Amino acid sequence: MNHKLLALAGALALAQAMVHAQTSSTDEIAKYRQMLADGNPAELWEMRGEELWKTKAGPNQVSLERCDLGLGPGVVKGAYVTLPRYFKDVNKVMDLEARLVYCRTTLQGLTQAEATQTPFGSTAKQSTIEALVAYITSESRGMKMAAPTGHPLEKQAYEDGKKLFYLRGGSHDFACATCHSADGKRIRLQELPNILNPANAQMAYTTWPAYRVSQGEVRTMQHRLNDCYRQQRFPEPVYASDALTALTMFLAKNAEGGVYAAPALKR
Amino acid sequence: MITKTIRASVLALLATGATGAAIAADKGPTALEMISKDFRSKGPATLERVLAQDEAQQLCSAYPMQRSAKINAQIEASQTKTIKYPADGVYLGKWQEGEKVAQSGRGMQSSDAVGAPNGGNCYACHQISKQEISFGNIGPSLYQYGKLRGNSEAVLKYTWAKIYNAQAFTACSNMPRFGHNGVLTEAQIKDVMALLLDPASPANQ
Repeated sequence: MNHKLLALAGALALAQAMVHAQTSSTDEIAKYRQMLADGNPAELWEMRGEELWKTKAGPNQVSLERCDLGLGPGVVKGAYVTLPRYFKDVNKVMDLEARLVYCRTTLQGLTQAEATQTPFGSTAKQSTIEALVAYITSESRGMKMAAPTGHPLEKQAYEDGKKLFYLRGGSHDFACATCHSADGKRIRLQELPNILNPANAQMAYTTWPAYRVSQGEVRTMQHRLNDCYRQQRFPEPVYASDALTALTMFLAKNAEGGVYAAPALKR
Repeated sequence: MITKTIRASVLALLATGATGAAIAADKGPTALEMISKDFRSKGPATLERVLAQDEAQQLCSAYPMQRSAKINAQIEASQTKTIKYPADGVYLGKWQEGEKVAQSGRGMQSSDAVGAPNGGNCYACHQISKQEISFGNIGPSLYQYGKLRGNSEAVLKYTWAKIYNAQAFTACSNMPRFGHNGVLTEAQIKDVMALLLDPASPANQ
């Protein structure tokens, strides 16, 4: 592990914790975050993920080291901050988790079902995906968010994500925007990022994935969105689907310029 | 440099779009088409329920941040017609039961059991009693709601209608339409009414 990067991440987490403390009644939670930021258990996921990335697996017995995350085959450094993006080989926009499914099926020969198995792990059943995502994202720490919108399909993904963000429906009339389009809002004591405010969007996006203390696991962006939709009283989104990629593109673009600081540590 | 300028103006356009009045139609799929393709029913959270958007949901999705006065009036008029007052004319139940409804955030989530009782989750967004310090602020504080307003027939009817269908008063309000959408039963609404209006309720101390 690169200790300079870890120290930087720690400093960023500290700065964020201080911003929280100034703006809310959650000082104690901020102190707790600060206390734990020095030793984030997510490091264990990062290390396991790096090993999984480099280990031969699947029917084809190849590693993921030839997987193209957008910056060329095998380039992990800085890849995450340029995702989601358009990929010519599939002629569509993919986020990290969709791209990982693609690499594991095409390179390693896994079936779609195998490559999407256990996206959210538990003590009883560890997730390969959460570890891989922790490793790949950690290789973008300290870099600026720069999801591209130059390609027409990237622009389209952003627009589609925006439509989903504002979609009101279901038994409770909720949209993403219900909780995430105004400053300084909370559910109970939980602060809610305003995704339309760049500073808030940056802080939210750059701190996922995160080790969730309450769950004892590293959770990815897909898990975050899944849980939002659950609370929104919507049906369950399909893992690594186009809809989640589009929504992720909307969030990533709104977070543009934010310094990436994950895997982070959260409640 | 030129590329940078173009990029900046595209970003500015995107930013405007994010807060502008209407979500423009484009070549991509509609939000409901995306939901239909990429979401699956689970427990009480069904695809059918989300796909069956009513007029208010359609208009509030299309004009999320601002609407013309005409559209607001249209929504408020149609939502006013949905309100059903209690058949027996009794508005107040038990505040103790109302407190339980206000505390519970269960019901209608993909993780909940089908047919399990729904909570109102009022504290998620509102302050109500002084004792509960874990409250949200998406909605206004309701502390001393009844103490400040009394419980005249007008206050009873207004409060009932607001819980039943908040969009009768404020088009595209963030508040769920608890009665209209069947989230809370008539008996539960009476109990929440008591939590707000009963002089003995902790909300009015």
